[in-house]
Amino acid sequence: MTVTKGESVPERADGAAAVPVDGYVPSERRLERERHKRARARRATAVAALSTLVTAAVLYLVVVHAPGWPRTKETFFSAGYAREALPKVLEGLWLNVRLLVVCGAAVLVLGMLIAIARTLRGPVFFPLRVLAAAYTDFFRGLPLIINLMIVVLGVPALRLQGVTVDPVLLGGTALTLTYSAYVAEVFRAGIESVHPSQRAAARSLGLTNRQALRYVVLPQAVRRQVPPLLNDLVSLQKDTGLVSIGGAVDAVRAADIIVGRSLNYTPYIVAGLVFVALTIPMTRLTDWVTARLDRRRDQGGTL
Amino acid sequence: MSDAPVLRMESVRKTFGGSVVLRDVDLEVAPHTVTALIGASGSGKSTLLRCANLLEEIDDGAIWLDGEEITDPRADQDAVRRRIGVVFQAYNLFPHMSVLDNITLAPRRVHGVSRAAAEERARELLERLGLAGKADAYPDRLSGGQQQRVAIVRALAVRPRLLLLDEITAALDPELVGEVLEVVRSLKDEGMTMVLATHEMGFARDVADQVCFLDGGVVLERGTAEQVFGQPRRERTRRFLRRLVEAGRL
Repeated sequence: MTVTKGESVPERADGAAAVPVDGYVPSERRLERERHKRARARRATAVAALSTLVTAAVLYLVVVHAPGWPRTKETFFSAGYAREALPKVLEGLWLNVRLLVVCGAAVLVLGMLIAIARTLRGPVFFPLRVLAAAYTDFFRGLPLIINLMIVVLGVPALRLQGVTVDPVLLGGTALTLTYSAYVAEVFRAGIESVHPSQRAAARSLGLTNRQALRYVVLPQAVRRQVPPLLNDLVSLQKDTGLVSIGGAVDAVRAADIIVGRSLNYTPYIVAGLVFVALTIPMTRLTDWVTARLDRRRDQGGTL
Repeated sequence: MSDAPVLRMESVRKTFGGSVVLRDVDLEVAPHTVTALIGASGSGKSTLLRCANLLEEIDDGAIWLDGEEITDPRADQDAVRRRIGVVFQAYNLFPHMSVLDNITLAPRRVHGVSRAAAEERARELLERLGLAGKADAYPDRLSGGQQQRVAIVRALAVRPRLLLLDEITAALDPELVGEVLEVVRSLKDEGMTMVLATHEMGFARDVADQVCFLDGGVVLERGTAEQVFGQPRRERTRRFLRRLVEAGRL
């Protein structure tokens, strides 16, 4: 439990410390300190466990003694409906996963293009810069749910020849539109965080503006922005559930169908938990990557 | 032709906002010579180098590289920079690339050298600067002196006509300064044309063919090292040198 910086005194099963190569024997003072730290750590763990138990017990009692609990339990936590809903919800979840993969890839590409467009210099690119800025401003501000309704319901209403009315495709398009705007800003922040001296060094070597961006600025920008990018992907993952408003049968819609028939809300709880279960590995991955990047930075760097 | 200056500056003026950083600066750098720019911090040494490399646009005057005016707005800036190597005070190595990739980036991407040829030359240069084992290391694993030597190799890899060194030892621990200066000295022996801004007066006196003392953006005094350090004509120069002596820097 204790965080030991510097050399550690490895403990063997018999409790004796292994003797390091230089014949160093830890002093009584050090051993006493480490005993104290271990005791303190054990105490801390015990306190944490106790406090967790008490909190859980209080929450449980409050919920269970709520006046509407028996009825709530029936309509939200029915084991029977849960069993019925789970296979259908999981079937629907497959659509969410596919949407995540396809939209995620599209978002990364489109977001990067928009971010680059915003950093282009030169008068020729003026309209491109303005368009990219307008795009991010608009789609970051527009609530996703309204974006979805406009695209999923509005586009089919146009009755355009050759344009899909598939709610999955349209829903995916709407998600991509909104998330590209977020991701573009993440990339742009990354590009701007690379110190100007890096660009100066690249230009001094004779690299053109474009080469400096491609080989020097972007690789560093992307590396730095991995944690916020993964964060946006986690967010995208759960927002794929919103395509259900167009009628696509994803996990949410699958739950919806059963709820409509039975008037029991348990399937929503099931769908919610399934999304959480899907998101947790992603969140852990984000934490792991962030911690790894931090560790690399701690080891020292020039920038 | 061979004695025509590599770099020539005439009446160069540069301002940042309201402050004049360079005023009427003239400079001539003959081939295979070393020019040292000395002067207090903020006297315009670094700016002068950045202007020579077109990292800063000058307000007035003109700069020629090998007789070609590079401050003409019609000049190809990328082509100019390809012929000038720069080493920065803060190294400015690319942290996401190995030492070898740092060095071969410009030869491969700008000069169209094959990877094999670029790496061969890079390893050769690394070897010569005592960095043979560091080709695959990343910059943040190297000491300051090693990083600065890698930066010098990176600048040399494209066989520049002129090398600009901007206070390249200012960020180094005292015991690492020597190894970097040794490299500069051997480059001089090989005939590299260099302009360096430096606070290392002993070194400037030792290595420079021409010394320019800058003060407030003006070249106040210029001449051989013996002239500027030995018989400074201006009171301002004398004061500057006296302060250095008092600080034990000269």
